[in-house]
Amino acid sequence: MASSVEPARNAAPVTSAPSSAGTLFTAADVARVIDRMTHQLIERAASADPDSPDGGLSGLVLIGIPTRGAPLARRLAARIEAFSGVPVDVGTVDITLYRDDLRLRGVRALEPTMLPDAGIDGRVVVLVDDVLFSGRSVRAALDALRDLGRPRAVRLAVLVDRGHRELPIRADYVGKNVPTSRAQQVKVHLSEIDGSDAVLVTEDGVRGESQQ
Amino acid sequence: MKRHLLEAADLDRADATLVLDTAAQIDAALAGREVKKLPTLRGRTVVNLFYEDSTRTRISFELAAKRLSADVINFSAKGSSVSKGESLKDTALTLEAMGSDAIVVRHSASGAPHRLANWVRGSVVNAGDGTHEHPTQALLDAYTIRQRLGRLEGVRVGIVGDVLHSRVARSNVSLLHTLGAEVTVVAPPTLLPVGVGSWPVEVSYDLDAVLPKVDVVMMLRVQAERMNASFFPSAREYSRRYGLDAPRMGTLADGAIVMHPGPMNRGMEIAAEVADSVRSTIVEQVANGVSVRMAVLYLLLGGNEPA
Repeated sequence: MASSVEPARNAAPVTSAPSSAGTLFTAADVARVIDRMTHQLIERAASADPDSPDGGLSGLVLIGIPTRGAPLARRLAARIEAFSGVPVDVGTVDITLYRDDLRLRGVRALEPTMLPDAGIDGRVVVLVDDVLFSGRSVRAALDALRDLGRPRAVRLAVLVDRGHRELPIRADYVGKNVPTSRAQQVKVHLSEIDGSDAVLVTEDGVRGESQQ
Repeated sequence: MKRHLLEAADLDRADATLVLDTAAQIDAALAGREVKKLPTLRGRTVVNLFYEDSTRTRISFELAAKRLSADVINFSAKGSSVSKGESLKDTALTLEAMGSDAIVVRHSASGAPHRLANWVRGSVVNAGDGTHEHPTQALLDAYTIRQRLGRLEGVRVGIVGDVLHSRVARSNVSLLHTLGAEVTVVAPPTLLPVGVGSWPVEVSYDLDAVLPKVDVVMMLRVQAERMNASFFPSAREYSRRYGLDAPRMGTLADGAIVMHPGPMNRGMEIAAEVADSVRSTIVEQVANGVSVRMAVLYLLLGGNEPA
């Protein structure tokens, strides 16, 4: 579990000090990981568009996948503005109506879809989600984006990559790679929704396929 | 949610709110989009089984199903085997044998959708049965009220006109009560059903007394096709006492809205200048009908195994 964690693939590993059994990130870890991902986003935007006066950031749109991807996207945008001084567009895309597992798991209430006024056409969209697992949520989000416009490129940022992909999808920005078994559940808590920040691993999530 | 939507009472407060919230999210998600289509019900088949004439309800259901990528079959009694004497049951079983996942039914006989629901495995949605119920109309009316006034709890609604024959009135009384609105029905005594005393409503015969006290006035169509007895002396007298004209509309509270389920008899129950005023939500009701019916089809069909 938390002690047997591999270093993140494309970043320095985060040293997490588990405060209780199953805690992967404390609130301080979450803040640090978000800051590191912010710097990566800024660097990548600048290197993709070296002539841009604002470091390519005006062409960037952060789109959160509800529920917890939405506040994560807003936090990343706020940190980008804090570090670079450039405001970045944020939005959310609800993927419920694009899911392929509605018949297996039943219908659920929808979450808001909100795009920035400037839209996503011709811009670089970074999809933001809390946990990358089967990849099916991301596939649904890609389908939804296709109906919403034509971005120049689509990237993926996730706080935790827990493996067990069922589709050929990988993340461009990863907070932390966490090898898990399918029986485990990875839960991200964010203060906007859950009251405090943390990432927890529990043993009770025997769901097998395509957890959100 | 239950498997069928046969009457407004099939929805408890949580279900009804879920339908309205889902419709609002669908509205927001599709607003300003180039591709107004969602893949949710791809490969499902929705049959519109219409034994009675309809423009807006049938088109609205057809559009709702198509925007969710379902295949739609429109069946109308005219020009089908019904004119050779095929029964409702046989027609329904035939349609189901061809693989329909949902049947949207309109029928002149009250209770026809309930019978249908016992014969088929798919979902049945009542799109109006006789003088009984028209639940999706009530949902779109509730959605429109919430959109305009921001709430339903405690909203005072006057439902005016031919309550006796109106399935729209029955469904609205039931749903609005579920959602916490206060309903007053206003009609001449001859156009009120016998059991109205047991409904969760106030009853009034005096439109002018009710108008200043409501946030919503819902005018019902005078259903000439069901008027096989004399319920009022003349159309003019009805219009004078129960029609909503401009001077009467002037007595409404600020912000109060005027609704009509359509089709309207302009100059009869509603004056043209009222129907076209800023208080009127008649066009919004039609637009909202598509979103609300998308929400209903999604919630009924989205989680089911295909038939």
